[in-house]
Amino acid sequence: MNRRSFLKTTAATAVVAGVGVPAFAADEPLKIGFIYVGPVGDMGWSYQHDQGRQAIEEKYGDKVKTSFIENVPEGPDAERALTQLALDGNKLIFATSFGYMDAVMNVAKKFPDVKFEHATGYKLADNVATYDAKFYQGRAIQGTIGGRMTKTNKIGYIGSFPIPEVYQGINAAYLAAKKVNPDIEMKVVWAYTWFDPAKEADAAAALIADGVDVLLQHTDSTAPQAKAQEAGNVITFGQASDMSSFAPMPRVASTIDNWAPYYIERVGAVMDGSWKSEATWGGIDSGMVEIGEISSAVPDDVKKEALQLKDDIGSGKVHPFTGPLNKQDGTAFLADGEMATDDQLHSMTFYVEGITAEPPK
Amino acid sequence: MITLVRRPTPSQFWSYATPLLAVIATMIAGGILFAILGKHPVEAIRVIFWDPLFGGNASYFRGQLLVKAGPLILIACGLAVGFRAGIWNIGAEGQYIMGALFSAWLALKMYPAESHWLFPAMIVLGALGGFLWAMIPAVLKVLFGTSEILVSLMLVYVAENLLAYMAFGPLKNPEGFGFPGSRNLQDYPSAFNHELIEGTGMHWGVVAALIAVIFSYGLMHRHITGFRIRVAGEAPRAARFAGVIPARLVMLGLGMGGAFAGLAGMFEVSGPSGQITDSFNVGYGFTAIIVAFLGRLHPIGILLAGLLMALTYIGGDMAQLMLGLPSAAIQVFQGMLLFFLLAFDVLTNFRIRFGRVAA
Repeated sequence: MNRRSFLKTTAATAVVAGVGVPAFAADEPLKIGFIYVGPVGDMGWSYQHDQGRQAIEEKYGDKVKTSFIENVPEGPDAERALTQLALDGNKLIFATSFGYMDAVMNVAKKFPDVKFEHATGYKLADNVATYDAKFYQGRAIQGTIGGRMTKTNKIGYIGSFPIPEVYQGINAAYLAAKKVNPDIEMKVVWAYTWFDPAKEADAAAALIADGVDVLLQHTDSTAPQAKAQEAGNVITFGQASDMSSFAPMPRVASTIDNWAPYYIERVGAVMDGSWKSEATWGGIDSGMVEIGEISSAVPDDVKKEALQLKDDIGSGKVHPFTGPLNKQDGTAFLADGEMATDDQLHSMTFYVEGITAEPPK
Repeated sequence: MITLVRRPTPSQFWSYATPLLAVIATMIAGGILFAILGKHPVEAIRVIFWDPLFGGNASYFRGQLLVKAGPLILIACGLAVGFRAGIWNIGAEGQYIMGALFSAWLALKMYPAESHWLFPAMIVLGALGGFLWAMIPAVLKVLFGTSEILVSLMLVYVAENLLAYMAFGPLKNPEGFGFPGSRNLQDYPSAFNHELIEGTGMHWGVVAALIAVIFSYGLMHRHITGFRIRVAGEAPRAARFAGVIPARLVMLGLGMGGAFAGLAGMFEVSGPSGQITDSFNVGYGFTAIIVAFLGRLHPIGILLAGLLMALTYIGGDMAQLMLGLPSAAIQVFQGMLLFFLLAFDVLTNFRIRFGRVAA
């Protein structure tokens, strides 16, 4: 019986009846599916997830078979793509964008035997786990380098959307920069996109025109890097991927989303039957947040300081959000010596004290 | 030497033959493209066009075909009315968003009260939202002679920003931990546009699309209004002599396009999508323009074209999964369809002569 007719007889009825596809025999490779919100060639978010997929293949070889669908819009198309992967016999499916959340929940209900991993979401089920990275840890290192290297004392930040993850990034970068340079000023432009080279370039140009000479981006294209290169004296940081083609200037370092260790671990867990639904928030310590090579444009002492901070955050000695710390409106956020909990960070939708930018309405 | 000679009247034969020819040419050119990418061309075409209908799991994908084709057909039917009259509404995407926003706003305000009136009221508001958004270019055109092409297109971007604002602000799910996106209407029985028969993909929006096909057939081909619209599009001067009032036609053409697009948005947000999010719109309003032309602006043609277009989306995903074709190749493939259609359209209006033509 070939695969196609097998699927026709079992899986097609399974959808209608709401029952999962029966497990494959042990000698079959474990089929693992991915859906990406962008093209794998975006050199940012989706690219990094695909690197993780390739790492799975490298690690497990013939024991796994991975496939992916790229450019999947959030909403009903995602639901169809996920169902397609489940019907195709994938036993572990990674949905790599926040907006896939409800689609994942719907499909997971129909395929109780298939394990789903949803990136950056907050809904769990028996067969749905979530995972996310503490990107703000990388921002603290960017803020340190930026605060030391700026001549205009203005750091620009291209925000994607006003959600906790982005607030964490802006605040962490600001606090770290302020620690090494009390005169620092944070400028924020909201691009309302995760990936749109034209809008990102506009945002970068506006910030640079405003006197910014350190440019941080929470969007995934290299357009801001190109703008900074044109300007000449502006430094940037790679976002999501290393963006090393812009090194040593303007890109002086980067925060890399390294999903590979997590993906490999989760695939292993499915193989040995120890997979559990849980929410993972990994940081520098687990390797999920990686700092790309700090380029030769950064003075040695600054580089040393940045690497020291990386080690300290990794070991837990330093937390980018440590009190005393107030919110922008002056109300207390953290008491002296208090470190922010994950829950506090997950609901962070405010600027910290000292940032003069207006939060978006 | 090849010359084009204008036909006295457009060829009836070629106006039906060009869409088929365009599909065949797309398959051939697409096959060559896939072959260059190192995939077996026949296999790729089969995966895209055959597998979703008759391959494994086809019972699921046939339903998804309706889910995908429904909004395309509904929007294209409305657009075709305007296009026939020579009114170019390029902003259906924005009208689609507004229909969704109006109806979702009502549902989210009513939540969690259950009422039989809610869903019909959402339908009315959805149509109204799209209609009002389309009235902006209509009124501006009538009063100031502005281009409805530019105004309707620009209003798409306005609507997108409004959508993002709503998703991040007023309509944000209060239980969503600060994340963007509204409550999911799928969890709200009175507002949920559920499948009419489980597993078929058939929801009220698909029914509405079928009604729209029948309605616009009646309007365009069995009613004096349709006659006026067609005359106005083909011979504006003659239409004026025949007593057609251009302002009224502009209102009708844009208004119908807007209302239908708004309805499509309403059925989508209350059903398959379920949520107002910043990425709610996925280009149905623009793709529907291709569908309208591929269907020759004829309701039955639009029905078939909508299904064909939906097939390329679903088959395209399959080709990615089974053959590893990049999604950009699928998009090029879809683009070719319109390209070839427009190219072959020359045959409808022109005769091709080989050799020298006497002046």
